[in-house]
Amino acid sequence: MELDPLLLSRIQFAFVVSFHAIFPVFTIGLASYIAVLEGLFYRTEDPVWARLSGFWSRVFAVVFGMGVVSGIVMSFQFGTNWSNFSQATANFMGPVLSYEVVTAFFLEAAFLGVLLFGRNKVPPGTHLFAAVMVALGTFISSFWILSANSWMQTPAGVELRDGVFHVTAWGEAIFNPSFWYRFFHMALASFLTGGFVVTGVSAYYLLRGHDVPANRRALSMTLWLLLFIAPGQLLVGDLHGLMTLEHQPTKVAAMEGNWEREAGAPMLLFALPDQQAQDNAIEVGIPNLASLILTHDWNGEVPGVSEVPRDEQPPVAIVFWSFRVMVGLGLLMIGFAFWGAWLRWKGRLYDARGYLQGLRLMALAPFLAVLAGWFTTEIGRAPWLVYGVMTQAEGVTPSLTGGMALFSLIGYVLVYAVVFVSGGYYLTRVVHQGISEESEDESDRPKRPLSAAHTPFDEDTARAGR
Amino acid sequence: MGTIDITMIWAVIIAFGVVMYVLMDGFDLGVGVLFPFAPDERSRDTMMNSVAPVWDGNETWLVLGGAGLLGAFPRVYSVLLPALYIGVFLLLAGLIFRGVAFEFRFKAQRSRYLWNWAFAGGSTVAAFAQGAVVGAYIQGFNTVDGVYAGGALDWLTPFTVLTGVGLLLGYALLGTNWLILKTEGELQEWAYRLSPRLLAAVLVVFAIIGVWTPLVDDMVRERWFGNLSTIWILPALTLAAAGVLYRAVRRRQEGVPFVATMAVFVFTYLSLLVSKWPYVVPPAFTFREAASAPESQLFLLIGVLFVIPIVLTYTAWTYWVFRGKVSADAGYH
Ligand code: HDD
Ligand code: HEM
Ligand code: HEM
Repeated sequence: MELDPLLLSRIQFAFVVSFHAIFPVFTIGLASYIAVLEGLFYRTEDPVWARLSGFWSRVFAVVFGMGVVSGIVMSFQFGTNWSNFSQATANFMGPVLSYEVVTAFFLEAAFLGVLLFGRNKVPPGTHLFAAVMVALGTFISSFWILSANSWMQTPAGVELRDGVFHVTAWGEAIFNPSFWYRFFHMALASFLTGGFVVTGVSAYYLLRGHDVPANRRALSMTLWLLLFIAPGQLLVGDLHGLMTLEHQPTKVAAMEGNWEREAGAPMLLFALPDQQAQDNAIEVGIPNLASLILTHDWNGEVPGVSEVPRDEQPPVAIVFWSFRVMVGLGLLMIGFAFWGAWLRWKGRLYDARGYLQGLRLMALAPFLAVLAGWFTTEIGRAPWLVYGVMTQAEGVTPSLTGGMALFSLIGYVLVYAVVFVSGGYYLTRVVHQGISEESEDESDRPKRPLSAAHTPFDEDTARAGR
Repeated sequence: MGTIDITMIWAVIIAFGVVMYVLMDGFDLGVGVLFPFAPDERSRDTMMNSVAPVWDGNETWLVLGGAGLLGAFPRVYSVLLPALYIGVFLLLAGLIFRGVAFEFRFKAQRSRYLWNWAFAGGSTVAAFAQGAVVGAYIQGFNTVDGVYAGGALDWLTPFTVLTGVGLLLGYALLGTNWLILKTEGELQEWAYRLSPRLLAAVLVVFAIIGVWTPLVDDMVRERWFGNLSTIWILPALTLAAAGVLYRAVRRRQEGVPFVATMAVFVFTYLSLLVSKWPYVVPPAFTFREAASAPESQLFLLIGVLFVIPIVLTYTAWTYWVFRGKVSADAGYH
């Protein structure tokens, strides 16, 4: 079989960016949570808040470290594998991606060190301020990167001259039509990720009876948050879909598994889309519901995938199923948030072991939902890189051979496997060790994120967690 | 052109970023290169401690350089990265391994030797890859219609292997003299003994490169030998700095060797710049032809001019906080 550099580059990009993405979604949510904990500590001076904040800062440090390492790779991917795309879009993508890096530096340089190592060195107010700035920094960072991505989905504010995009209106380009939807959807996704990880870990500690007062509070406050943002995500997601219907109708058709334009389209619960036959092999659905959701009219028209030529169609089955995984998990999250509210109302929240066990498992759900969401968005855009203007085949590096792409793909998989296994292993040790009033780092290292955690890496010196 | 030449400002910023990166990440990569040869495990602890607080600040210059190139000189970005595809991969993989090793080595007991290797191997691969990149840049790139048109391993030639080894040795020299500055006792003595030998090796390699380049590259020959010009002051200064370095090591001075090594690097770097100026993607594109649109350069300049002073201040402050000698067990548990 011929090795196809385009396909391999796509797989490689999907791999490195998916790997990268799971860290920031978590750190964005967690940074805000830490800022809230710091705020509560500042107001009440209750040591429980400082304990929680200290523990979650240690987790944050490790995850942030892995985010940075994998992010460095991302900033070179565009050039190595998508050089034609880089050349054509540099006038917009260059500044925007640089601004992401620049904000990340700013945050890291100025405030992260103070947050991680400064509790006993700076006044409490300054520490709180650093926590807020770190949280803000993660949002500014995602602001730029999502603007870049949204622009590729719904390009605006540019003019194509001799194969190169020139920015004619920065405002329109940065705040392109899909930007705000994506930004809010992603912001909520980050909060959901942070939230479900915090509840999952707190539930685990409560089940083990570890630091009960702190973990009860963590669980309780986070469940309040989830009660509002889980349904909120459904709302934002719905609006997001309506926007997509307007700008990328084929993507929506693929998400719905709808091949022919039709009025009163059903909402499919299960289907086996068959690209070859341009039809679904099996389908089970609720009549008219898709039309109702997408057009807010019982008999509204829903676009079909077959309206565009085959070589402009995304792979329907993947988009269809990723979308269902995301929405399914979103509904599950809403379920868990309501279940928690009901238990709270009954006064049984902290001893409902079944529920706490369930929450433990739910810590994984947001990561899967985030990846499924990105798969929907990115694969649903295929074959376009810049929607409607530049295809993936036009954007790929011309000199790239299948062999080179395969080499680097295998290489990144191996390198990341080492990073991920050591990082993941280390994180489980941090969690096992539990929340403690560990002394602050005396080492005065403002810069090294992971150093904020003092858990030993392997067993020799570690004691089994408490 | 208007009153302010933004493209020129960007050329200066990028050149400055590169030299900052080479000087700063250079010594901590060098410490990694020296790692396997250290007298004992305790010295390794000290060596790692000496760079631990500063290394990732040093690496930020690389990321800023990568993103800045895309923003200001996309042609460089979109030709060099494909041309150096394999080398870039090796560089990034090396940096990742040593980055992770920094964090986990101190926390590991049984697996510590693995992290030692990750640190030394990652640093060595990264240093060599950067040197090869310099060589590839001197060689030039085969482009058609502004797009890289060569093969995957065009960059790997005897010449680039030599430049790779040259930078490897150069970083090791920077690392050695950093250790002279930052350590004491046995380890410092070891570094004092190593420094002149490394210096000799570096000078030999640099000399070969200096003779070889004009032989293979007409433009470089023309520039240096066409009409004997003031640029010959640069190699002369390089040699002078090397002399100062040698004498300072003989006299067991502590700070001068490191500063003198930095001077050796800066003058070599400037010699390289004048050899190729104004080409940034030799032999086809000058920095003006490689630039992005002026409005994009301006848009980005605002943010960068705001951030660079902050990064510089912060960097200076970190070095200030960690001034003085390090020991094997300061700074970690
Ligand atoms: C700034 C741009 C950008 C950003 C922020 C993202 N992507 Fe993306 N993505 C691309 C720019 C891009 C791209 C350059 O446009 C790719 C490469 C090849 C392609 O088809 O589109 C792509 C492809 C791509 C693919 C493969 C699609 C295919 O098979 O064709 C997947 C699965 C993802 N991405 C997933 C993600 C995830 C999980 C992200 C979370 C952070 C993400 N993307 C952010
Ligand atoms: C193509 C896509 C992306 C590229 C090229 C990219 C690039 C980078 C780089 C280079 C860093 C490291 C900066 C440093 O050294 O501190 C980084 C970190 C970060 N990225 Fe990305 N990134 C991408 C996708 C995303 C997305 C989709 C998000 C979030 C919505 C995101 C949010 C962040 C955040 C918050 C950080 C700070 C470090 C952290 O929290 O782990 N990035 N990114
Ligand atoms: C609950 C119902 C949800 C609905 C109706 C919904 C809707 C959507 C839609 C329509 C898109 C694609 C937009 C496009 O490509 O133009 C999308 C993307 C995405 N979704 Fe969801 N979503 C839901 C829940 C979730 C949850 C729970 C998460 C994660 C915790 C999540 C994370 C994402 C992400 C990361 C993307 C890709 C980025 C983006 O385009 O915004 N979604 N969602």
